[in-house]
Amino acid sequence: MHPITIESVVKSFGGRRVLDAISFELRDREVLGLLGPNGAGKSTLVRTIMGRVLPDSGDVRIHGNLAPAGDNAARAGVGVVPQEIALYPLLSPRENLVVFGRYYGLSGATLNSAIDEALEWAGLSDRANEPSKTFSGGMKRRLNMAAGVLHKPRVLLLDEPTVGVDPQSRERIYTMIEQLRVNGVSLIYTTHYMEEVERLCDRIVIIDHGRVVGTGTKDELVRATIGSQREIVVDFADGTRETRLTDDPGEMLHVLSAAEARGAVVRDVRLKSPSLENVFLHLTGRELRE
Amino acid sequence: MIFSIVRAGWMNLRRDRAAMMLSFIVPIVFFSIFATVFGSRGDSGTSKIKLAVADEDHSERSKELIDGLKSETALTIVEAPKDGAKFTAASAEEYVRAGNIAVALVVPKGFGESKISFYSGAKDKSPAFRLFADTSDPIAPRVVSGLLQKVVMTAAPELMMSSGIDAMDRFGGGLTDEQKATLNGNMASFHKQRAANPTVSSAGDGLVPIEVSDVLGKTKKNPLVAFYAAGIGVMFLLFTASNAGGALLEESESGTLDRILTTRVTLTTLLLGKLVYLWTLGLVQLVVMFVWGAIAFKLELLKHLGGFAIMALATSLTTAAFGLLLASVSRTRAQLGAISTLTVLTISAIGGSMFPRFLMPASFQKAGLVLFNSWAIDGFTNVFWREAPLSSLVTPVAVLIGCALLFFVSARQLTRRWELA
Repeated sequence: MHPITIESVVKSFGGRRVLDAISFELRDREVLGLLGPNGAGKSTLVRTIMGRVLPDSGDVRIHGNLAPAGDNAARAGVGVVPQEIALYPLLSPRENLVVFGRYYGLSGATLNSAIDEALEWAGLSDRANEPSKTFSGGMKRRLNMAAGVLHKPRVLLLDEPTVGVDPQSRERIYTMIEQLRVNGVSLIYTTHYMEEVERLCDRIVIIDHGRVVGTGTKDELVRATIGSQREIVVDFADGTRETRLTDDPGEMLHVLSAAEARGAVVRDVRLKSPSLENVFLHLTGRELRE
Repeated sequence: MIFSIVRAGWMNLRRDRAAMMLSFIVPIVFFSIFATVFGSRGDSGTSKIKLAVADEDHSERSKELIDGLKSETALTIVEAPKDGAKFTAASAEEYVRAGNIAVALVVPKGFGESKISFYSGAKDKSPAFRLFADTSDPIAPRVVSGLLQKVVMTAAPELMMSSGIDAMDRFGGGLTDEQKATLNGNMASFHKQRAANPTVSSAGDGLVPIEVSDVLGKTKKNPLVAFYAAGIGVMFLLFTASNAGGALLEESESGTLDRILTTRVTLTTLLLGKLVYLWTLGLVQLVVMFVWGAIAFKLELLKHLGGFAIMALATSLTTAAFGLLLASVSRTRAQLGAISTLTVLTISAIGGSMFPRFLMPASFQKAGLVLFNSWAIDGFTNVFWREAPLSSLVTPVAVLIGCALLFFVSARQLTRRWELA
């Protein structure tokens, strides 16, 4: 039984179809990347999995069992880290975690131990008693994550946990996610940053306009879409860039000759393995960040 | 450039319904309320003072006096309670004590035979009128005293005239028998003339002895504090509850509510938790306010602890549920600000927090009864002002608890939008 199975989920808001027959599964102990541009339906999908959105049709299953919308008991082993900083800004990290720990049904020594572990994991032990509204964006994000793992879920949904975070804090969050993976937690990680997906995720589900347009590992996706082609990238002195997919690396010479012939000054040239950006472009006909 | 700034300002205002409401609707509502209360909607005067009258003299002259009072446009005379016998001094006093009326007049026995005292120490001093007053309305007894002086002289001019002749006889060196006969003859013709043309004439005041008895405030150390503590306390409780209820909207806007509802907490549990929080907050607020009133303004809190506890519990419960209802009606924090300002100020004005309900027109006094806050103020007034037994709180408390239930159930229904998208 997979930790989470999504079966043909459809959801419309005001006549606009936000989720269009979406199906995929989260496998045990894997990090599944949910990749798509802003507005693709990722957050609605996460909220559907968490039982906060009632699908028009289709099912969500947790470990093979049906988990209807609103049935929180069926989701007892699932944690969620929402995209928003869903915390009480006037409270300290410890106070916030006490509140949410109690909401998850924890109390006494179990709660205190869970809070200590979560603070340690988030690197906030030394700031545990300061008002969280004074924290940097990265620290708030880490506290937001800590509040989602207090009840030690075996499945965690992370909705764009690095939005608005500086590179240093982002590294820290990546480390936290790696620790979860080591501890055997199955993760769904939604993002529109391809580099995060490539670095963290075992498999990827690409979503666009509420539909799944591709599923698999990065290599599988590349093979299924671009095949064995490579990308030639040429940067010119005037700031322009030319890219071309090709099966023949020798074509790089032709590109350079053509540039020289028209008087363009080449600043850099390289041969790249295809990225998820190429995959997304191939699948949807547009750039991921358009 | 300045035109562009002005235009941008108006464009933003047009799209901000909350600001529009505060800018235009709230002033209109308040203008209407105050204009109605103090302007009596086109009538020239303020609302009439209701005066209970007990006639202990039962003389022709006392009847003339009461008829004179009835002809005063500022007064409405009540001679008997609804479906009851005519007032006696005791029943009139009780009528005031029960809060049915602000002032009662007792026309004393012997009034018909008495003379006006033009000087102090007169042997045949007339018996004093008694006024039983509820001084929570400080204006009514003063107005009634003044009008009584006037009516005694205008409604009974013979009394004025004969008393004046007596005074002249005493201080003018004595009247001859011939002068007395002439004056008495003139009195008779004046009486006939007046019977034919009963118009009133102006006269001074201060000649009729009136004993004013503060029925409710006489035993209190600082009477009016008790009255205003209730009104102000309830109004600020409403503001606190509606403001604190806005936390729900903040949680909704920040995504915290969504997160909470993925835990073991259901929406009903969450609302009940918020209700109890607001309830305790209101309770503490009332305790702090009344304790301060006891320390700084000699409010007799300890003497009325039981009644205060009952009313504080019931009132803070209802205001808590009302705060939740306002939050559930609103879509955003800004909208709640506008709705709660309008609602709280309006019901506080009509309910009697800003000025006593007895000063309002009868229609407003009746309208106040549909507002829970007026029942809360009445309950507190029963405890601290009228010193009524705890049984008098049954109706106000029942109304408050009923309203609390209604508000909470309505709030639960309205917040269904947060349950599932």
